[in-house]
Amino acid sequence: MKKDLLGIADLTPDDIYRVLETADAMREIGQRPIKKVPTLRGKTVVNLFYEPSTRTRTSFEIAEKRLSADTLNVAVAASSVLKGESLVDTAMNLEAMSPDMIVLRHASSGACHLLSRICKSRIINAGDGMHEHPTQALLDAFTIKDHKKEIAGLKIAIVGDLLHSRVLRSNALLLTKLGAELWVCGPPTLVPPGIECLGVRVTTSVDEAVRDADVIMMLRIQQERMQGAFFPSLREYFNVFGMTAERVRLAKRDVIIMHPGPMNRGVEIASDVADGPYSVILEQVANGVAVRMAVLYLLAGGVEDEAAA
Amino acid sequence: MKRLLKGGRLVDPANGRDGMFDVLIDDGRIARVGRDLPADGAAVVDIPSGYIVCPGLIDMHVHLREPGQEHKETVATGTAAAVAGGFTAVACMPNTTPVNDNAGVTEYMLKKAADANLARVYPIGAVSRGQKGEQLADIAELKRAGCVAITDDGRPVATALLMRRALEYASMFDMPVIEHCEEQTLKGDGVAHEGFQASSLGLRGIPSEAESIMALRDISLSSLTGGAVHIAHMSARQTLAAVRFGKSTGARVTCEVTPHHFVLTDAMLAAPIPYDTNAKMNPPLRETADRDAMLAGLADGSIDVIATDHAPHAADEKQVEFDHAPFGITGLETAVSLCFDRLVHTGVVSLPRLVELLSMNPARIINVAGGSLAEGAPADVTILAPDLTVTVVASRMKSKSKNTPFDGWNLRGGVAATIVGGRIVYINSETALQA
Repeated sequence: MKKDLLGIADLTPDDIYRVLETADAMREIGQRPIKKVPTLRGKTVVNLFYEPSTRTRTSFEIAEKRLSADTLNVAVAASSVLKGESLVDTAMNLEAMSPDMIVLRHASSGACHLLSRICKSRIINAGDGMHEHPTQALLDAFTIKDHKKEIAGLKIAIVGDLLHSRVLRSNALLLTKLGAELWVCGPPTLVPPGIECLGVRVTTSVDEAVRDADVIMMLRIQQERMQGAFFPSLREYFNVFGMTAERVRLAKRDVIIMHPGPMNRGVEIASDVADGPYSVILEQVANGVAVRMAVLYLLAGGVEDEAAA
Repeated sequence: MKRLLKGGRLVDPANGRDGMFDVLIDDGRIARVGRDLPADGAAVVDIPSGYIVCPGLIDMHVHLREPGQEHKETVATGTAAAVAGGFTAVACMPNTTPVNDNAGVTEYMLKKAADANLARVYPIGAVSRGQKGEQLADIAELKRAGCVAITDDGRPVATALLMRRALEYASMFDMPVIEHCEEQTLKGDGVAHEGFQASSLGLRGIPSEAESIMALRDISLSSLTGGAVHIAHMSARQTLAAVRFGKSTGARVTCEVTPHHFVLTDAMLAAPIPYDTNAKMNPPLRETADRDAMLAGLADGSIDVIATDHAPHAADEKQVEFDHAPFGITGLETAVSLCFDRLVHTGVVSLPRLVELLSMNPARIINVAGGSLAEGAPADVTILAPDLTVTVVASRMKSKSKNTPFDGWNLRGGVAATIVGGRIVYINSETALQA
């Protein structure tokens, strides 16, 4: 793998498989009575979060701690970006204290690329704007593989706000690289122009997207988007695009339902679907830790090299 | 003092000349143009074989940033960049701090230009007071102080009604209204051309139609009023179609394109440097089809002017997240090389046509002297070296800011010397020219 994990775009299918295999081994650590290995002992990892995040930040922190890294969390309120220190200055200051890795969450697409150009530390993208969220896509793939063994040939439907979703972009890149048949579905106002160039099929019909699907992945509708007049009301959105038990019945009998969280029950997904027998939403969260351990471990490749030397 | 430019190929489309002519300059004016003129006591400048002598280039769209943003550029550094880029005159935009909406600011700019004593500076005044889009600025006062056109550049003239009034009112002073075409609700908070590249990079898009809708509005209003509208920094093929339509109906519409819009595309957002903020400008770099349309428009005469939209920004302002970076790149010192490399040597336009685009047409649109080497005209002359190998080095540029996406590019063709009012204000030491 490269120095940094900026996005799925930079990974080969082999890279992806290596992460998934490593995650499989990491998962076992989480099941031990003492959930800790010394792999990253003496390594410093900074979790630099410019956007509020519960799931991703916690997941990274647990992953880092299970690998014995020294971790610190820097949470920066979004407003201080505008009135205070620049991202570059903040990064240079952190860099001066010689961390080994920086996990960055930022509201601007490309923020990780900017840090990657100026930092010696390894950069892990924990979500940049509307661009990518690579560890989410990796944990989604890991979860799918758990249930379906192979990703190639699966019909996977992603439904929701495609335009603003970094989860969509990372998943579209990853799942098409591994040979899935990917359908994406949402109101035309929330479909990124030219998205079909990523090799996905675009439809506005949920029924078409989910019919005979092996996997249904719902994307969150951000309530604040309502100001952009992308659709008339949350109620209408649910009527047209909400995932209901009735719609799930169009899919394969062994379909799994995924959601990257946080969920808006009754907006993009009905509660009985979210909590129903096909839902693997909490498995995704659990797998997130193992996948992030794998990413941290592989990026700290130096650990391996030193051991071999 | 007399000076004789001897032995070059003179390209002067305004006077129908293209051939081996000598140019005699006396007292800051063109005294004679002819074959094998005698030196007759004049200082002789031998023009190396293959070099071009043409009327001084005029960039009718630059941001000199003074007053108010002197950390980006000053009139002195901007005009130094201009003459190094072969421009004997620049027209500077009014979005300074304070806005150039009154004679005081105009006179300040002209004073700074006189102090620098390099390129001529033609201020462009604001359409509306404070560029707020509410009421007209004192346009007669701006005209008297030296403004050659009006614009609210940086944003469009806010309403159709105000644009109508501006076109009507400015027409009595023979001033064009220069329009930054952008339907603001469609542009929204976009930062890049709406299309596959922006979608895949997760950047908010600006559709081409944000530009073409506004161009159509203004062309319609030009027809209504008879006022002259000039479409600035055109980027989209839809806008070019609108301009062609306007011209076909006899509307008084002209337009310009920047070198970056006929050289680059939005692929530059992704590579070689992902999210390079030097690929962020407004209007944005568009798709290959748009870039090719601009080349076609330059070739077939639909496009009147090449202007740079020289927009200097300090390094720290550009080294931020893509969303937060200011729009714009510098252009004065790369324009000629890009024009030679991408237009002349590729056969898109002839040399006389290039001189029309860079000199004759801008002079006519903003009604200033220049664009012609007629006897009696001011001796503003640019000497070009069409085959000079040029490597763009941002750090060596005269502009105070170095925000160019062309750093490190190798191009064929450059500037040998720049003469303003008979005075050699720039000479490129890497050429064979000596004076």
